[in-house]
Amino acid sequence: MELVAQEHGGILVVRAMQDRIDAAGAIQFKDRMRELTGASKANRVMLDMSNVAFLDSSGLGAVVAVLKALAPDRKLELAGLTPTVQKVFRLTRMDSIFTIHAAASDGLRHAG
Amino acid sequence: MHLTVAGTADAVRQAMQDLAASPLFAKLDEGSRCNAEIVLAEVMNNIVEHAFATQSGEIDLVLENRHGRLQCVVSDTGSAMPDLTLPKGSFQPLGPIEDLPEGGFGWFLIRSLTEGLEYQRIGGVNRLSFALIQEQSPDCA
Repeated sequence: MELVAQEHGGILVVRAMQDRIDAAGAIQFKDRMRELTGASKANRVMLDMSNVAFLDSSGLGAVVAVLKALAPDRKLELAGLTPTVQKVFRLTRMDSIFTIHAAASDGLRHAG
Repeated sequence: MHLTVAGTADAVRQAMQDLAASPLFAKLDEGSRCNAEIVLAEVMNNIVEHAFATQSGEIDLVLENRHGRLQCVVSDTGSAMPDLTLPKGSFQPLGPIEDLPEGGFGWFLIRSLTEGLEYQRIGGVNRLSFALIQEQSPDCA
């Protein structure tokens, strides 16, 4: 699971480079996110999913696990959800739990 | 279209990529394609995770585009559904962050996006049949 992290004004932006977060890659995704967020002190973490065309329920569970691992002091936000990914979030109502930005650049506009 | 897929998460990923690029999917509207991707991945991943938890085998897919609606029959030779009954997949209200579920979304998604879901266990084979729902809008909304 290729994830690339970069800090912008107190926000850790993690960009998913692969086009799927699915059952075959969910555990790697969680492990890699743990590494990247563990190496940063940023309070806000933004996962840029604009390359991710597909996310299944295992992938969704992994994203939720990252949110839970960062709480309560740190926050996971999402950006760039593609149509199918957006649908999975909407059907499971997880879109009401996460702050979702249309694009990573929108989320960064409010960087402190 | 007929497809045989090894009962592993990697093979399911490959099969989903093959399906996404198939002529069968190309003829569906975007909404049906999006639903088919979600549902077929969940159905096959459930089979890998549960029916093939302690044994290996293959998943057999028969997919047919009937007037724009995808009809699916998914079979496997893995272990049977507990009590020979499909999981309810009811929606669990989401509580505080620390209590959010990290799984259990699969059957909820399948039931939300299909009609006529039927499960049979015949001669050591699990057979799941369903149709993808017809969305009001043709896109993946």
